[in-house]
Amino acid sequence: MKTVQFREALREAMSEEMRRDKSVFLLGEEVAEYNGAYKVSQGMLDEFGPKRVIDTPIAELGFAGIAVGASMNGLRPIVEFMTWNFAILAADQIINSAAKMLQMSGGQYHCPIVFRGGNGTAGQLGATHSQSFEAFYAHVPGLKVITPSNPYDAKGLLKAAIRDNDPVVFLESEKMYGDKGEIPEGEYIIPIGVADIKRAGTDVTIVSFGKILKVAFEAAELLEKEGISCEIIDLRTVRPIDYACVVESVKKTNRCVVLEESWPLASISSEISYHLQRYAFDHLDAPVMRVTQTDTPFAFSPTLIDEALPNVARLINAVKATLYRN
Amino acid sequence: MATKAVAKPSKTTKKSSVASKSKFSKETYVKWYKDMLLMRRFEEKAGQLYIQQKFGGFCHLYIGQEAIVAGTVSGSRPTDSHMTAYRDHAHPLGLGTDPRVLMAELYGRTTGCSKGKGGSMHFFDKDKNFMGGHGIVGAQIPMGTGVAFAEKYNETDNVVFVSMGDGAVRQGALHETFNMAVNWKLPVIYIIENNNYAMGTSVERTTNVTDLSKIGLSYDIPSKSVNGMSPEAVHEAIEEACDRARRGDGPTLLDIRTYRYKGHSMSDPQKYRTKEEVAEWQAKDPIDHCLDVIKENKWLTDAEIEEINNWVKKEVEESVEFAENSPYPEAHELYEDVYKQTDYPYIKEY
Repeated sequence: MKTVQFREALREAMSEEMRRDKSVFLLGEEVAEYNGAYKVSQGMLDEFGPKRVIDTPIAELGFAGIAVGASMNGLRPIVEFMTWNFAILAADQIINSAAKMLQMSGGQYHCPIVFRGGNGTAGQLGATHSQSFEAFYAHVPGLKVITPSNPYDAKGLLKAAIRDNDPVVFLESEKMYGDKGEIPEGEYIIPIGVADIKRAGTDVTIVSFGKILKVAFEAAELLEKEGISCEIIDLRTVRPIDYACVVESVKKTNRCVVLEESWPLASISSEISYHLQRYAFDHLDAPVMRVTQTDTPFAFSPTLIDEALPNVARLINAVKATLYRN
Repeated sequence: MATKAVAKPSKTTKKSSVASKSKFSKETYVKWYKDMLLMRRFEEKAGQLYIQQKFGGFCHLYIGQEAIVAGTVSGSRPTDSHMTAYRDHAHPLGLGTDPRVLMAELYGRTTGCSKGKGGSMHFFDKDKNFMGGHGIVGAQIPMGTGVAFAEKYNETDNVVFVSMGDGAVRQGALHETFNMAVNWKLPVIYIIENNNYAMGTSVERTTNVTDLSKIGLSYDIPSKSVNGMSPEAVHEAIEEACDRARRGDGPTLLDIRTYRYKGHSMSDPQKYRTKEEVAEWQAKDPIDHCLDVIKENKWLTDAEIEEINNWVKKEVEESVEFAENSPYPEAHELYEDVYKQTDYPYIKEY
């Protein structure tokens, strides 16, 4: 094992796949000569050259569409969006083109493409730079949506995404790129659509994904001291969702809190909650709770950020509510 | 770089004017005539069937614009690729797709070119490098350019034709893409099928830059206007653009002036134009023109022409018969071709 940053894990995944398969290439704003806005692609231009590590103009719709077309014609593009907020401009190509190509062509053309970049809040960046898109893209049949929470998962899942023959949305975080974690020396792949029990427990199941999972770890530590044992499930993929993992856990704990960085309405937490009342109804000893971002656009001031984001105290409250211990 | 726009096509096409000194062979004219007649009759039939409610959805007819496809196909190679918007019936017909599978697609049958999942706006035929059939105005512009990107990446000398209406020119996707296509010298040829109306809104009403060939100027893309009622003119412009793309000099923009005789779609009352205007363009019909050239040169006898006409008629009739006798897709087909992953765990509820 070795310790690497999240960004290095992503870089290893891309570089290994590019060495393995000449049809894989990376394009996006500042990915080449600038070495990546967040240094994810550092050094890749030197290794692979300008044919395969390509700086684009600021034209998300245009370069996303070019990548979709390239994927229809046998290549395997990795599209880096500086953040997913900017990828809203490319949503037509992700949702209308990539996600539907295989179906609309009656199976003739497919899009093996990965769209990746920073997602979610990253400090005082204001409303337009702080959105989380898990539920947006999870809503769309034809896509797969991956939400890694640590360097190990990020590398294994990105390699799986690059090798996948369907279009994949890969949601990272500016706040996670510097996170360190252990990964094996050699190659490994983590399958898409398989959740991971990050912490075993018996009293309450906490379901989460992405960088907000850190709040769950912190809360679980504190709750442990109060004699409450939390099982933490990292979904890792939000389309498809590994429902079985969640249901099995809840059958054991009989209680569930969903922790999500984004807004509450039509969210991953709504989906998990529906699924549990439908498929684990008789096992629930309390209503499913959730902790999400407030139902407001994200604001600039630190006091408003504190108010908006899920935090440890709120999660602890929600967990205790499922145990009727508030 | 960019050449000046030629005079309006309405003043350049005289009936059969190219016949005597044409560089095009009998075979070319006969193929143009046959292909365009198939497009015309296929779509006339499709329009009738649509009115009879034999199938639903939208139905955008290409009638009047056939010379663009005819000249593009004759001026290119079978290894080149084609992508267009939703007015997409004529392109695969010109490339040789069996009209039966196209009619079946209009009918939403499982034997259709897109297995009944695409419909009128989403025809595809991978065997002919026909890459759609795309319903979002302008979306095909970056996508088709990406197809060209892959050709350059793989170091082929194939080119890609990306067709669009004059309305699509106003989409941001075009401007973002043109910039990259020329910067990266991609082997792509942009064809504006300029019929002067984006649905019911004329070019003049949406822009101060009414000469669409000028759009290429700001991107340093060689551009020109072409008489779209003349397969000869289209063919020549396409050949020139192909030469440029194949030798690695990047994209070309062709503003091909044409006219659709029918409405935007089947529900268009056409109050935005006069009957006289339609008649004026119909007088320059490319199918009539090819027939005139063939007759003038005595390349075919009346009987041979009749044989072609009958063949076309039969092809269209058989395509309808094929479509009507084909089954609709079964329920399980809804879960096929969404993912390449064959065991994707779909959510299935009541």
